[in-house]
Amino acid sequence: MNLLDYGFIVRALIAAVVTGLAAPAVGTYLVHRRLSLLGDGIGHIAVTGVAIGLLTRTSPTITAVVVAVVGAAVMEVVRERGRTNGDVALALLFYGGIAGGVLLTGIAGQSAATLNTYLFGSITTISGTDVWVTVGLAAVVIAIAIGLAPQLFAVAQDPEFARVAGLRVRAYTMLVSVMAAVSVTVAMRTVGLLLVSALMVVPVATAQQLTHGFKTTLLLAMGIGTFASLAGVVTSAYVDVAPGATIVLLALAGFVAAYPVGMWVRRRARLRMPFVAETDPYAVPEPHTTVPETHQHVHGPDCGHQAVPHGDHVDYVHDGHRHAVHESHYDEH
Amino acid sequence: MHMTDGAAEVVRIDEAAVELGGRPVLRGIDLSVDAGEVVAVLGANGSGKSTLVRTMLGLVPTVRGEVRLFGATLDAFADWCRVGFVPQRVGAAGGVSATVREVVTAGRLSRRRLLAPLHRADRRAVEAAIDAVGLAGRARDGVTTLSGGQQQRVLIARALAGEPDLLVLDEPTAGVDVESQQGFADALESLVSRGATVVLVAHELGPLAPLIGRSVVMREGRIAYDGQPLSSFADAAHHDAPLPPYTPGVVAPLDASDHPEVHR
Repeated sequence: MNLLDYGFIVRALIAAVVTGLAAPAVGTYLVHRRLSLLGDGIGHIAVTGVAIGLLTRTSPTITAVVVAVVGAAVMEVVRERGRTNGDVALALLFYGGIAGGVLLTGIAGQSAATLNTYLFGSITTISGTDVWVTVGLAAVVIAIAIGLAPQLFAVAQDPEFARVAGLRVRAYTMLVSVMAAVSVTVAMRTVGLLLVSALMVVPVATAQQLTHGFKTTLLLAMGIGTFASLAGVVTSAYVDVAPGATIVLLALAGFVAAYPVGMWVRRRARLRMPFVAETDPYAVPEPHTTVPETHQHVHGPDCGHQAVPHGDHVDYVHDGHRHAVHESHYDEH
Repeated sequence: MHMTDGAAEVVRIDEAAVELGGRPVLRGIDLSVDAGEVVAVLGANGSGKSTLVRTMLGLVPTVRGEVRLFGATLDAFADWCRVGFVPQRVGAAGGVSATVREVVTAGRLSRRRLLAPLHRADRRAVEAAIDAVGLAGRARDGVTTLSGGQQQRVLIARALAGEPDLLVLDEPTAGVDVESQQGFADALESLVSRGATVVLVAHELGPLAPLIGRSVVMREGRIAYDGQPLSSFADAAHHDAPLPPYTPGVVAPLDASDHPEVHR
C-alpha cells in the first residue's frame, strides 16, 4: 500500500516531522540548563489544560497551550523566588496538574479513553486544523531556538555572565520555558503528554554521544528527533503498535546504539591525549646556577636563616635569595 | 577603545551596603576606580571581596548607596560591551557540552546585534582571545575535555573576546596551574597596556603581582585598606628588608585571625 494515499497518515507524518524538529530544539536548552525534566512537569500541567478544553467544549490543543504556558511561567517564578522549596513547589504543581486534569475530565463526562489520547498521543486521529496549529507553533519554536541560539546558549551556559553582557536573562529564561510549554502541546498529539519529555531529552542525549559542540548537538538532536518520529509513524502504519510509544522507543534505541560509539570516540580521544609531563617538580634544572659565595657556616636548623622545605631537601633564605647545598657548592633555588 | 578621559572614573560606589538573606555582607563601601587602574581586591574568605565586585556589576542588589559604571548608575547603564566579567567557577560546562570557541564566542554577545551573524571582527577577536590564553590548538575541543585550569582560561578568554574597557575577575587564578597563570598574566598585561581598567579578586596574586597598582583589602564587609599594593613587602626575604609603614586600621592582605585586632 502507498502510505501517502491515506490523508490521516499524511497528517500524522507532517505532525511527526514538526514535533521531531521542535521538541529536541527546546530540549537542548533545557538539558543545558540541567532542567531535563522541566518538559515532563509542563506535560503534567498541560493535562489540566486538556481537561478544561474538554469541559468547555473548546479545542483542547488551545486550552492546553494556554495552561502550559501559564504553568511554565509560574514554575519559572517559583524556581527564581523560592530557593529552598523550589523543588517541592514544582512537585506540587506537577501533581496538581495531573490530578486536576483527571478530575475535570470526569466532570466533563469524558471517559478515560479520551484523556488517554492526550496522555499517550493519537497521531493518526489528528485533524486538519490541528495539523496547521501544530505546524505554526512548531515553526515559531524552531525559529526562536535557532535564531536566538547565541543569546539562549549564553543565558543557559552562564546566567551571570549573560547578565553582565547586557542580556535580559529573566526574559530569555522565561522565553525558553514558554517555548518548552508550546512544544509540549505540539508534541501532545504525537507522543502524548506523558512521553513528550522523552522526545525533548533523548535525542539530545544521543547527539551528545557523537559530538561535543553545542550547535552541532542542537542540529543533530533535531535530526535524530525527526528520524525517530517519522520512523515511529511509519512503523505503526504497518505494525499494530502505538505510534507515540514507538517513537520514544526508537529514540531510546538510537541512544543505546550511539552510546558505544561515544565510548569509543571518548576512549580514542583519551589515547591521543599527551601524557602529563612526568618531570620531578623539584629537580634542579640543567644547567643550574651555582652561587659563587663562601659561607661562614653550614646551614642547619639552628643557623637562624629561614628554612624552606623543598621536595627532598631544605632551602635556606640567605641575603635575599634562596639556595640549597648541592655537593660541594650552593645552588640557587 | 573609546576612553573619554585619562582620569575618568570607571567605577564609583558611594555609601553602599549589601545584605544577602537579611545578613549584612557589605557596609559603608566607598570606592572609586579610575580608568587604567589595576586593582586587586584581597581579603579572607567571607570578608565580602567577591560580593564587592558582584555589587559593582549589579549582580547583587544594594540596600543602600549607589553604584556607577562609567559615570552612569547601574539602572541607567547600557554600555555593557565595555564590561568584561570572569565569574568564580570550578568548571565552564553546562549540561550540553560546548566547544572552546562556542563559549568564547559568547563573549562577543554584548557587541552583536540581535539575529546578526558573526562579523569578521567578531571572529578575529574570538581567535585572538583564545590565542591569548594559550588554547589555540584546542578551539574545536569540548570544554569538558579540558583540565580545570584550562576551563578557567576559557572563561578568561570569553571576557577578553569582548575587548572590554573594564575587566572584572572573581578569583581568576584559583585552581589554575602556574604555567596558565603566567599566560593569563601576559594576556592581562596586554589588555592593561591598551588602557583597560582591571578589578580582580584574588587569594594570592602569584604572577599577577607586578601588574597590580592598588590593593583593596576587605575585612568583615568593610574596606580595611585601600592603597599601594601590599604584596611588595609580603614576600621580602632580605635580612634588612624595610618594615612596612604602620598604618592604623590596616591589616595584612591575607587577613589572618592571629593579627592583633585593629579598629578604626
